[in-house]
Amino acid sequence: MNIHIQHGHLIDPKNKLDARQDIFISLGKVVGIGHAPDGFLAEQVIDATNLIVCPGLIDLSARLREPGFEYKATLESEMLAAAAGGVTSLACPPDTDPVLDEPGLVEMLKHRAKQLNLTHVYPLGALTRQLQGKELTEMCELTEAGCVGFSQADIAITDTLVLFRAMQYAATFGFTVWLRPEETYLAKDGIAHDGEVASRLGLRGIPAIAETIAITTILRLALETGAKVHLCRLSTREGVELVREAKTQGLNVTCDISANHLHLTEYDIGFFNANCHLKPPLRSQRDRDALSIGLADGTIDAVCSDHTPVDDDAKLVPFAEAEAGATGLELLLPLSLKWASEQKIPLSAAIARLTTAPAQILGLDAGHLSVGSNADICIFDPQHYWKIEAKSLISQGKNTPFLGMEVAGKVRFTLLNGRVQFALSPTGG
Amino acid sequence: MNNPQLNQDGQLKHLLSIEGLPKAILKQILDTAESFVGVAEREVKKVPLLRGKTVCNIFFENSTRTRTTFEIAAKRLSADVLNLNVGTSSQAKGESILDTVNNLIAMHADMFVVRHSQSGAAHFIAQHVAPHIHVINAGDGRHSHPTQGLLDVFTIRRYKPDMHNLRVALVGDVLHSRVARSEIHALTTLGVPEIRVIAPKTLLPVQVEKLGVQVYHDMHEGLKGVDVVMMLRLQNERMNGALLPSAQEYFKTYGLTQEKLALAHPDAIVMHPGPMNRGVEIDSAVADGSQSVILPQVTYGIAVRMAVMAILAGSTI
Repeated sequence: MNIHIQHGHLIDPKNKLDARQDIFISLGKVVGIGHAPDGFLAEQVIDATNLIVCPGLIDLSARLREPGFEYKATLESEMLAAAAGGVTSLACPPDTDPVLDEPGLVEMLKHRAKQLNLTHVYPLGALTRQLQGKELTEMCELTEAGCVGFSQADIAITDTLVLFRAMQYAATFGFTVWLRPEETYLAKDGIAHDGEVASRLGLRGIPAIAETIAITTILRLALETGAKVHLCRLSTREGVELVREAKTQGLNVTCDISANHLHLTEYDIGFFNANCHLKPPLRSQRDRDALSIGLADGTIDAVCSDHTPVDDDAKLVPFAEAEAGATGLELLLPLSLKWASEQKIPLSAAIARLTTAPAQILGLDAGHLSVGSNADICIFDPQHYWKIEAKSLISQGKNTPFLGMEVAGKVRFTLLNGRVQFALSPTGG
Repeated sequence: MNNPQLNQDGQLKHLLSIEGLPKAILKQILDTAESFVGVAEREVKKVPLLRGKTVCNIFFENSTRTRTTFEIAAKRLSADVLNLNVGTSSQAKGESILDTVNNLIAMHADMFVVRHSQSGAAHFIAQHVAPHIHVINAGDGRHSHPTQGLLDVFTIRRYKPDMHNLRVALVGDVLHSRVARSEIHALTTLGVPEIRVIAPKTLLPVQVEKLGVQVYHDMHEGLKGVDVVMMLRLQNERMNGALLPSAQEYFKTYGLTQEKLALAHPDAIVMHPGPMNRGVEIDSAVADGSQSVILPQVTYGIAVRMAVMAILAGSTI
């Protein structure tokens, strides 16, 4: 279908476009920017007056919960949520049940996602079998099946020799290793940042050194093995500092943070709000400020949703027993816009953290709108204010620390391969 | 953020933690407790304040003393009392906390006394019960044990009425202690100017000084001139391991002996929430000595728990 998106404000950080420009789409591709190609006849015209048109967002971490946790969410429900959030590509961690450690499972997931065709799904394979940190997975086979990197999800490898070997092996083939830095013993049984709030509430703490010691180890191993490392979900000021130094020294390392950690601190736990039980834990204000600065100066490459739908029953227990995680696909854009507006970051710089940067980390030719590129597009209204409520979310996961908060920025249209996969109904639902 | 312990008129609705309780309510509880101290000395040890009410003790974690004193307190107020050791029944069968509580509400329980091994459990229950139900926290994880904190300050006030001119030392395992947290909040709220904690670094929570206390690692330094010495219980499983090398070394460094007590003010009182480990955190000669008020603490515990229940019941009538 030929689509003409007109009167919109186009922001494409990669191509340094930040102006009013029309876009012309044909056969799933962008065929014209600013000017229609000769003989272009639009079958559909999208009026984007007062709207921002940008590349579809790329989310570095969204749990779709399939296979194994269909009672928490399904591929269909979460891919619809992704489309509603303007996300056209997402990476999903391997901590499903069974764990994504066999090519057959990855092929099945890719196949199911392709059939639903609501967003591009890029699985991360398990770095070790069953995520147990003992034996390596068949990384080459898994890559052929569609894995874009290898991860331990939230389960760190305790045995440093295994981690060393895993990174060596991945480096052999140029695969990226995705690690959430957390030293197992220091974080053991911990549920909240080891700070004032945890001390007051009597919650077992996870000290910041659990992250920094792990980062130090991983970076040394990366230097030694030459592995490409992506550090997931940084949470501490010292962690950002270590990455900044490593990047200055030219190490091949990237990192991300979750949108939750960009805004929240340990104080948001309040009187044991289980929706604030997250991994890594919400840390101090000083840490949050460092994350914000790190994201602004590029030390932190990308911001992701860390979308983790949790069923209500798993949150209806005392704080420590509650399952960690929050829904996020539909909040990634508004929370990033909120950050940009509060920190006076240009919109295009904020959008780069959601498009160009994650595309580069995933090694995808995506996250930009050039003639000839896939027409994965997000069209949003930056002035549309809405309240985050269970009923306003499409995801099956309704738990988020932001419930009740009003945010600006609502996706109006999401296009995947040049097809409108999501259009906001006039009533706003 | 709304204080979940108070109703819209600022009256006590649940007792979940001392933190966040206004001084006026703390004083109301202590003053009410004064009037109940005499009840136990009468021939008929009962008042009819809770007649027709059902108090339910749900203990997800074992306890003898606390449960018994709550039971006696409720009975002296003429309430019907139901004791449930959930650790051994429904939870073991996989029932959720809320299901357990809601079943008891369906049986028309009015007040819940809850103990649970997880911090925040009492808050969680209070947030999810019907509005006419009252919840009393009888200990949640490491977080809070408000009636213990109240009975401790009640005891202090009886022996040392001038709270604005006191030095209090808490000695021992502050890290794992809900009692310590409750005592610290009660003492700061009542205006005690100097609260010290004395412990090795392994038994102190991070940033403990933000609770309003001064940190000492040397017991001889920390006890100098204090008016109240509050000893904390050291759990058996923490005596040998990565937190402490041995009970013997602990007793040597942080155990309360006559010799160390001599560093405190000559009139200093010695307290312990029980159950005591004699020869580990406290020497028998001190525990049974003239400065010890450990048994009066238990006696006052009943009066304080009666006061809390009476005030909670009154807030609905």
